[in-house]
Amino acid sequence: MLAKRIIACLDVRDGQVVKGVNFEGLRSAGDPAALARRYNAEGIDELVILDVTATLEARRALAGTIRAVARELFIPLAVGGGIRAEADAAAAVDAGADKVSLNTAALADPTLITRLARQYGSQAVVVAIDAKRKDGRFAVYARSGQAEADRDAVEWAREAEAHGAGEILLTSIDRDGTKAGFDCVMTAAVSAAVSIPVIASGGAGGLDHFADVFTRGRADAALAASIFHDAETSVRALKHHLQQRGIPVRL
Amino acid sequence: MIALIDYRAGNLTSVKKALAAIGAEVFVPERPSEVAQAAGVIVPGVGHFGATRALDREWVDAILERVGQLRPLLGICLGMQWLFESSDEAPGLPGLGLLSGTCIRLGSGRGSDTGSDTGQVLTKIPHVGWNDLHFLREASITAGVPDGAQVYFTHSYVAPLTADAVATTDHGETFAAIVERAHVAGVQFHPEKSGDVGLRILRNFVELAG
Repeated sequence: MLAKRIIACLDVRDGQVVKGVNFEGLRSAGDPAALARRYNAEGIDELVILDVTATLEARRALAGTIRAVARELFIPLAVGGGIRAEADAAAAVDAGADKVSLNTAALADPTLITRLARQYGSQAVVVAIDAKRKDGRFAVYARSGQAEADRDAVEWAREAEAHGAGEILLTSIDRDGTKAGFDCVMTAAVSAAVSIPVIASGGAGGLDHFADVFTRGRADAALAASIFHDAETSVRALKHHLQQRGIPVRL
Repeated sequence: MIALIDYRAGNLTSVKKALAAIGAEVFVPERPSEVAQAAGVIVPGVGHFGATRALDREWVDAILERVGQLRPLLGICLGMQWLFESSDEAPGLPGLGLLSGTCIRLGSGRGSDTGSDTGQVLTKIPHVGWNDLHFLREASITAGVPDGAQVYFTHSYVAPLTADAVATTDHGETFAAIVERAHVAGVQFHPEKSGDVGLRILRNFVELAG
């Protein structure tokens, strides 16, 4: 049976893993390659490297980080943050990324999804959607949560799928970094609207939050960062907990 | 030396890295004639069956000739589907035809998603993620891989379930996850992205190639 995936996210700035609360207040959490190695040993199913810097110099450093991780880990690796055009995607793929994650650039020009899907296959194109609850809908935000995109997450997810996206990475801005649990209502709404896998993100704080998002939230995968970085929760303990709850996982 | 066939379907980098990690010597032939030097041939790939159009008559002949000389051949994902006669994904485009049958789209809406407590039946296509292998028989490329081992898939089409199937996987329906006929083998999943289990399968193949 297809396992529910547990994905660790490494927010990388200047070659270091950092993590913020509600998209702000970044603090350092360590060397990306070392963390990736630890997660792999604990049985993580997939890794996401998210570039939270914007300068050209940092982008080159990121390629080195991707290379260091891809050289020794043989699990899927996605890279996001600052992928604006084909050349950015090509650099990430050349460095060893299996998937690229698009956010702001896809909102500005959804045909980028199609162009990348044609070049690398849909399985390589993840569309990341940052959304928060507003006036009874799920308002999409661009530019790391800074700019309201005047889109609804459910509608945008459907459109992204039609453009050739292979997966949706759905982050709740309301829950990000709060450890208050995933937004299961929003995740279920998006998951039911598309046939491609939906990765839930934002709010992981305890073992039952994952169980909830895989059942009530109908997520295909769940992503977390700080809960794993701080070693509060080991991936292995999480998976055993999920297995006991009858949720299929990779052990 | 293992020949890794590049036909611009997905990314060779990860397959190359995995082969490097197990100490295999690899080359990417620029011309079909170079396949003649290969101890074994790997056809990787991911994406649309139409991409195999790039493997024209010359490549097909070169690969078939090497297989005829009993050198092992491994198809990965789309490369596995290409071993068959054709695919519904690109009607009219022939595959290599070493294995019989036509690749078909994974059936949707027939299975059940146990993650849902809404009572709604849902099988997502594409099939993305880690799923388990159910062995039907032993095969040389699967030596040391236990029944129930989990590997990473990402695909929407599957090879037909025939006598060549070594292991099956369930996602809405039961499909061939590993096939082997003499020294021709295929895996629907990505061994280069399947952790230690995947590396074990690649190592078995490299050892077969000698």
